[in-house]
Amino acid sequence: MSWTPGGTVYGTLLNFQREWALWRPRMDDKPYLAPPKAPVLYVKTANTFTPHGGRIALPAGEAVEVAASLGLVMGAHGAPTHAVLVNDVSVAHDSYYRPAIRFRNRDGFLGLGAEPTPIEALGGIEGLAGLEIELRIHGVHKQTTALKDLVRGVPQLLLDVAEFMSLQPGDLLLVGSEALADGTRPRVVAGDAVEISAPGLKPAVQVFEEEVLS
Amino acid sequence: MKRARIAWAGAVHDAIERDGQLELLTPAFKGRRLSFDEVVWLPPLAPVARARTVLALGLNYADHAKELAFKPPTEPLAFAKGEASLIGHRAFTVRPAGVQFMHYECELAVVIGRTARRVRRSDAPDFIAGYTVANDYAIRDYLENWYRPNLRVKNRDTCTPLGPWLVDAADVPDPMNLALSTTVNGRVTQSGNTRDMVFDVATLIEYFTSFMTLHPGDLILTGTPDGVVDCQPGDVVVTAIEGIGELHNTITTPA
Repeated sequence: MSWTPGGTVYGTLLNFQREWALWRPRMDDKPYLAPPKAPVLYVKTANTFTPHGGRIALPAGEAVEVAASLGLVMGAHGAPTHAVLVNDVSVAHDSYYRPAIRFRNRDGFLGLGAEPTPIEALGGIEGLAGLEIELRIHGVHKQTTALKDLVRGVPQLLLDVAEFMSLQPGDLLLVGSEALADGTRPRVVAGDAVEISAPGLKPAVQVFEEEVLS
Repeated sequence: MKRARIAWAGAVHDAIERDGQLELLTPAFKGRRLSFDEVVWLPPLAPVARARTVLALGLNYADHAKELAFKPPTEPLAFAKGEASLIGHRAFTVRPAGVQFMHYECELAVVIGRTARRVRRSDAPDFIAGYTVANDYAIRDYLENWYRPNLRVKNRDTCTPLGPWLVDAADVPDPMNLALSTTVNGRVTQSGNTRDMVFDVATLIEYFTSFMTLHPGDLILTGTPDGVVDCQPGDVVVTAIEGIGELHNTITTPA
């Protein structure tokens, strides 16, 4: 019930084909000027960790989106040994240029699965490409994310990240999240229970609530 | 007090500065003094139970913002780094092959001392354990305009020297009036003063803790003034902050 990562959690931006395709026409415009060449990462700091079954406070007056992703739990030498479902929560933002850290790093803004599953049990690294992750709000299906739609598949992502930084044992690398057909992500309001599930993995369930300012 | 964390005689030790030497706090060697030259310096931070939060500021000195052709920001421009990029005093930082512009950034680093959530600016000093010096290297060849500054520029292995000392907050009466300077091979290339920060330390703590809880040992790297220049393998880079310390680093090649 209470698993949280022991290491640093890195998220990956723009790693699903639909979101990439939706962004592609704007990628050469200001302020971006070119498509990203290397993986674009961000850190989900430890204050964001919400265990499975936990509650996530919504900041007043902000649109908040949820995103299903798979976290690769690192073993030795940058090789993942386990995988875990996550809900990568953020305040909705239109610009990917220099977003404020408060969008993604608010307290509680990373919902975690109950515990990681050995990658061996999921068919190995290659087997992950066949994984489909479902996102439900109050039991109603909102989105299916297929890992076959990654821009950089898991082996390539690991290779390209290792080119500039080493992942430590216990670190988590999130493979990215897919946008809906219109480029947005599912949004939540107070009272919403969000379940992220996939065959063979423990689900991540968190309930959103209004922030109580003490 | 100035605190260090060092490796010596096959183990890691906490130590303090005493009369120009290191005095060990380890029970078996308590009181033993070592010279600065006979130890390996680690980042001056005790281990933490969860991943350490390392926050860093972009463009937090008006002159540096101008140097890089930006207007000073109206909200702190912050990003998070991984702890694995940290190395200690007198260590080596790798300049990748083929890059054109790799520069140091001398920064006052704030170490959080108490769990901090929704801290008012006026109370912020109570939540600071102490200060150290950070050198937040950037490799500008890798800059891309997506989630700036992208981690390929800012989160590389060996690229965040920290130390030598954690200086207790009580020994730093005015953190907002400290001279900063960097020398490369003994030549002064950067000089500034923490009084010229766009967002001062107390404001940064109020800002961050308005949406995120910080824990003891978490770090805030508060940005750098202007005067950044390219560094080549073999260069000795010393980032210094008045009353906090002089952090030595040597640039090296990958293999």
